[in-house]
Amino acid sequence: MTVNEPTLRPASEQDEPILELHDVRKVFGSRGVFGNSTGNTVTAVDGISIRIRRGETLGLVGETGSGKSTIGRIVLRLDEPTSGQIMFGGEDLAKLSVREMRRRRQYIQMVFQDPFGSLDPRMTVGELVAEPMFVHGTPRAEIPLRMERILKHVGLDPRMSERYPHEFSGGQRQRIGVARALVLDPSLLILDEPVSALAVSIQAQILNMLRSIQRETDIAYLFIAHDLAVVRHISDRVAVLYLGRIVETAPRDKLYTMPRHPYTISLLSAVPVPDPDLERQRKRVELHGEISSGTAIPTGCRFHPRCFRTRFIATQQGGSTISVEGEQLARQCVESDPVLVSAVGDDDEHSAACHFPLSDTELAAVMGMRLGDKPSLNDHANSQTQEHNS
Amino acid sequence: MAIQTRPESSNDNLESPKTAQPYLEIRNLQTAFPGNEKPTIVVNDVSLSLARGETLAVVGESGSGKTMTFLSALGLLPKSGRVIGGEALLSGRDLLKLPPREMRALRGSEIAMVFQGPLSGLNPVFRIGEQIIEAIRAHRRISRRAARQEAIRLLERVHIPAASSRIDDYPHQLSGGMRQRALIAMAIALDPAVLIADEPTTALDVTVQAQILELLSDIQAETGMGMVLITHDLGLVARHADRVAVMYGGRVVEQGQLSDVFKRTRHPYTVSLFRSIPHLHTPADAELTPIDGQPPNPAELPPGCAFEARCYLGKGRRDCVSAIPPLAATDLNTHLTACHHWPELAGTGANG
Repeated sequence: MTVNEPTLRPASEQDEPILELHDVRKVFGSRGVFGNSTGNTVTAVDGISIRIRRGETLGLVGETGSGKSTIGRIVLRLDEPTSGQIMFGGEDLAKLSVREMRRRRQYIQMVFQDPFGSLDPRMTVGELVAEPMFVHGTPRAEIPLRMERILKHVGLDPRMSERYPHEFSGGQRQRIGVARALVLDPSLLILDEPVSALAVSIQAQILNMLRSIQRETDIAYLFIAHDLAVVRHISDRVAVLYLGRIVETAPRDKLYTMPRHPYTISLLSAVPVPDPDLERQRKRVELHGEISSGTAIPTGCRFHPRCFRTRFIATQQGGSTISVEGEQLARQCVESDPVLVSAVGDDDEHSAACHFPLSDTELAAVMGMRLGDKPSLNDHANSQTQEHNS
Repeated sequence: MAIQTRPESSNDNLESPKTAQPYLEIRNLQTAFPGNEKPTIVVNDVSLSLARGETLAVVGESGSGKTMTFLSALGLLPKSGRVIGGEALLSGRDLLKLPPREMRALRGSEIAMVFQGPLSGLNPVFRIGEQIIEAIRAHRRISRRAARQEAIRLLERVHIPAASSRIDDYPHQLSGGMRQRALIAMAIALDPAVLIADEPTTALDVTVQAQILELLSDIQAETGMGMVLITHDLGLVARHADRVAVMYGGRVVEQGQLSDVFKRTRHPYTVSLFRSIPHLHTPADAELTPIDGQPPNPAELPPGCAFEARCYLGKGRRDCVSAIPPLAATDLNTHLTACHHWPELAGTGANG
């Protein structure tokens, strides 16, 4: 997919990415009870290109079925990519043998969502943290020292190393998971929903710890989550996924304040903010229906069945429209698959895959961003949003 | 869908307890489970009320007692649990004193509950239609055919597309959002006066969550149903609640009108909750202030304030360590807090 190239060009030579995915695809074949192929396939990741620089956090957000977790697993080759390149440290991980790949895993580590399920209950904390070092051949003499250092680093008392996971709370267990992942000094950490299983009062402890570790070690994070506020808090850049594709990517503040893709806008408008005055003045952009599945990806733009934008464009003069299940949609959205291109002028940091990305004024009208303003696109806003009086 | 306005917070003016008879009133409720030495009190002296058409948000972390409070009121506690004190009045009748048969008749028809996790409430081996029909026929003497028509109407009401064919689907054939809609259809089948929604959207994607809660608001606007929304999501509270009760360690620690609790917060736990969670409307780089330590274990509550060990205001203070602060009035009418030192919070709003 050469169209993705602009976003992949390094901003400067020093910004050499440590991880680059080029047009990665993952198709799961569905198998029947006897292991025979049923011919049904699920496209979980459909041509994704991302890059992460040293010391940077890339946030991947998306709903169930967007493929965000699969991407994390593909980087470590816990799932094998169907096609595409995974460039890390100058080589394509996708081409390595299983054995060679195993050795690379000391540089890329993963933290999972469930701090209960991901730690062996029969091993002490010390054994859990030392295990990666044994596997990767760290000299035995170094192990105790490194273990003590890493436990302190994640905020655990090294004297606790004789204890078992069940003696710890969820937050502390997640710290153990992070210690295990960091003990080999990886340059990239993949975090898949690392705080979503934790009590709300505990999440900040883990997020703050991750931020301080990054400041000290220059480690890069691929942070995968569904919670847009959490992703905003920790990320430098954010990519929004929908049905296996990146639909929008931008530096954090641009993505959250000037989203261009209708899906990003719908997502952001669905998250309520805990300020009653602000919240009840906000408009809600309504998504039509539910996410499609990877077995039957819609034609053209995969978001068109749920998109408010294509319905609005179809009401405008001059454009070609098409009737789908009794609704008028913009023909281009139904027939042609949009590519991820610069969303504003020549800003190659901010890209969106949309035939009709929203301008600033349209965005303000749709989201009610400038509170108190009368929407300039009255019909547009009214038919798609619900204004909440307070 | 046409423009919808949120049901005006219509209770704002009528709301004083004198004029509006509460639908549901829980008074000094206490619930215990057997413990090693002494019983573990999981709900401790909880009083809450809900008026017609009102939404009361009950906020707290797991273990705070928020779900147990309503399971107690509905007679749905796990076997070993016991209500050891208090009343739960529904239109004046004490649910805790009803014989099981009468309670069963009320449950569903007068007061219904929607649980977290849409799989738990549906039986996987029956078609969703059968389950709704059974719920209707358990309470009303109507023919199967009429009940089926009614079930289709309910599924349409919760916006399940192609309801007349979806009614014959099994739960696993529906998406998570659709299952939660089916559960809501079942809960509202008999037009209950009160709906308890326990984390109704926790397992769902944010866009689906918004749809489900708008649906509940719409139903409320039509029927005047009172709703208890049990959640830990302060954004949802800001959007949907009229009043808020914050629970911690089995007790209500702060209670009041939405705007009072959010803008003129009078309990340090509530303040800390706001400051510890990232939100879309706060500066992106703002450092979060975590709440130290862990939520308390209900079996080992301290003799003083349950929040003392984690509290930025009261940690180590003599009265906080030794005496449980009662839930009492603050400077604001109808706003209650259980903190010895709330006057020190005057002027702090959780939202700046």
